[in-house]
Amino acid sequence: MPTAVFGAFESGIIYAIMALGVYLSFRVLDFPDLTVDGSFVTGAAVSATMIVSGVNPFIATLVALVAGFIAGCITGVLHTFGKINALLSGILMMIALYSINLRIMGKSNVPLLNTDTAITSMSDVSNKIGMDSFFNGIFSAIGLGESLPRTWGILIFMIVVTFAIKFLTDKFLQTEIGLAIRATGDNKRMIRSFSANTNVTVILGLGLSNAMVAFSGSLIAQQGGFADVGMGIGMIIIGLASVIIGEALFGTKTIARTTLAVIGGAIIYRIVVTLALRVDFLEPGDMKLITAMIVILALIMPKFIDASKEKKRKARRKAEHMIVSQIPTDRKGDADAGIKTDS
Amino acid sequence: MLELKQIHKVFNEGTPDEKIALDRINLTLNAGDFVTVIGSNGAGKSTLMNMISGVMTPDVGTVSIDGQNVTSISEYKRAKLIGRVFQDPMAGTAPSMTIEENLAMAYSRNKSRSLRKGVTKKRKEYFQEVLSTLHLGLENRLTAKVGLLSGGERQALSLLMATFTEPSILLLDEHTAALDPSRAELITNLTKEIVEKFNLTTLMVTHNMQQALDLGNRLIMMDNGQIILEVDEGQKGNLTIEQLLYEFQRIRGAKMANDRALLS
Repeated sequence: MPTAVFGAFESGIIYAIMALGVYLSFRVLDFPDLTVDGSFVTGAAVSATMIVSGVNPFIATLVALVAGFIAGCITGVLHTFGKINALLSGILMMIALYSINLRIMGKSNVPLLNTDTAITSMSDVSNKIGMDSFFNGIFSAIGLGESLPRTWGILIFMIVVTFAIKFLTDKFLQTEIGLAIRATGDNKRMIRSFSANTNVTVILGLGLSNAMVAFSGSLIAQQGGFADVGMGIGMIIIGLASVIIGEALFGTKTIARTTLAVIGGAIIYRIVVTLALRVDFLEPGDMKLITAMIVILALIMPKFIDASKEKKRKARRKAEHMIVSQIPTDRKGDADAGIKTDS
Repeated sequence: MLELKQIHKVFNEGTPDEKIALDRINLTLNAGDFVTVIGSNGAGKSTLMNMISGVMTPDVGTVSIDGQNVTSISEYKRAKLIGRVFQDPMAGTAPSMTIEENLAMAYSRNKSRSLRKGVTKKRKEYFQEVLSTLHLGLENRLTAKVGLLSGGERQALSLLMATFTEPSILLLDEHTAALDPSRAELITNLTKEIVEKFNLTTLMVTHNMQQALDLGNRLIMMDNGQIILEVDEGQKGNLTIEQLLYEFQRIRGAKMANDRALLS
C-alpha cells in the first residue's frame, strides 16, 4: 500500500506540470483548451522517438516542450485570427494532433525500455552519490523497510523541476506581459483599451500552457517507459480535476498560493485514483469513469455546501424573527385583555 | 489634437434596416479642448466614439490624432494615444486583479510590455501618490482585488487609469450614467479636476444636460448622425438647459418640416 501511494505521489508531481498548464489556459486565460489531450501525447511522442534514435534525452525533452508550444500557438491562431469558437479550435487541434502524433512515432506505441532517459539518468546520479541508500536507511530505521521505492532520485528531481516551473510561472504572471495575459482572461475590452494586443496574449498564453503539458507528457513517457498514441485521452479532465481539487482544498488567495494548490491537487488526484483502483470490483479501465466522477463531485459539492449553508443561515434568521415577532403578539394579547376589562 | 474629416458610416447597407449612423461628420478638437456631446439615443454619439477609438472603422473619411492619420490603425495600437472610460463601471478594470496590478497595466499603455516586473517598489510609491488624488483612501488598499470595490470607486479608478499616463485624447462615454447621483457628482468633479490638471483634450458623451453645460469649453449636439448644433467657447458660458432644449426643438422641427415638404 505505501509503495502504491509513493508511486502515485511520484507520478502526481509529474502530472502537476500538466495541471499547471491547464491552470494557465483554463483559469488565467479563461480558455477551455482541449488541445491538451493531443499536446500531451505530442510531448511524449517527440521525446520518445528522439530518444530511441539516440538523441540526448534532455535535449529530446526540450524539443518536446517546444513542440507543445507550437501546438498551443496554432490553437490560439485558430481562435483569434480564424475566429473559431474556443472549444472548437481546441477540439480541431486535438484531432489534428492525433494523426500528427502517429506520424511522429510511425506506430501507435514506442517502448523506451532499456534506453537511457532523463528519468533513468537522474536515478543513476542519485544512486552514485548514495542518496538512495541514505533515504532507504532512514526509512528502514522507522520500519518501512519493505515498502521502499526503487529510487529517490526521480522523486527529488521531479520535485525540483515542478517547483522550478511553478516559481517561473508565478514570476511570469507578475511581469508586464504576464499581467496583460491575466487581464485578457479577466476583461479583454479593458486590456485592449490599454494597448495590449489580445490576439497575441491569447496565442502566447496557450503556447506556454501547452508547452508545460507537452513537457509533462514527455516526462511521463520517460518514467513509464513508453509513449502511446492513446495516453492523452481525458488528460484535460485530469488537469481540470487537479485544478479544481487543489483550489477547493488549498485556496486561491494569491497566484503563488493557487499554483501550489494546483500541484497539491494533482498529487491528491493521483492518490485518490490509486486508492480507488484498489477497491476489488473496480478495474484499471474504470479510471476515466472515476476521474469523471471526481470532477463532477468537485464541481457540484461547493455549490451544494454553499446552498446548505445558506439554508441554515435562513433557518437561523427565521428563528430569530419568530422570537422578535412573538413579543408584539404577547403585547397584543395584553391589550385585548385590557379592552375586555374595560368593557 | 483630434481631427475628424468627412466621417461616414452606414449600418446594414442594402437591407431594410439600413441606417446612416454618421453622416459626413467634421469635427476638430484643438489641444486642451473639452467638448461635451449630447443627443438622443441613436444620434450616433457612441458610433462616433467607436470611430475615434478604433473599435469600428469609417466607410469614408479620416481620423487624425496629433496630425497622424490613424484611420486604419488597429484599436490596441491606437490605445497608446487614447484614454477611455466606459459607461459600465465594470468595463474599465480587471476585477480579479489587484488595484496595483490594474494601475501597472494602465502604466504600460504607452510603453512596450516586457518581462520586467509589473509592480515594482518605485511604481508602488508612484501609484500611491496618484491614488491619493482621488481622496477615496484607495492608496491604502493597493493589494485589494478591484472586484471588491464599489461601482463609484471602480469608476474613479478607471478614470485615473485612463488619464494618469496623459493620453493625447480622453474619451468619456457616459461615464457617470450608471452611478447614483452623489457618486456621479464625485466622478464629475474628479473629471474636471483631472482634465484641468493634465490639460487633456477630451470628448465626453453625456445624457445629463446640466453636466454637459457644467463641464468643458465647447458643446456639440448630435441628431440622426449629424452634428446639428455647435456651441463655442464664448457662448457656452451663458447657455441654459431651456435654451438647449429650445434649440433642439427648433432645429429638429425645421428639419422635420423640410422632410415633410420633400415627401409631400
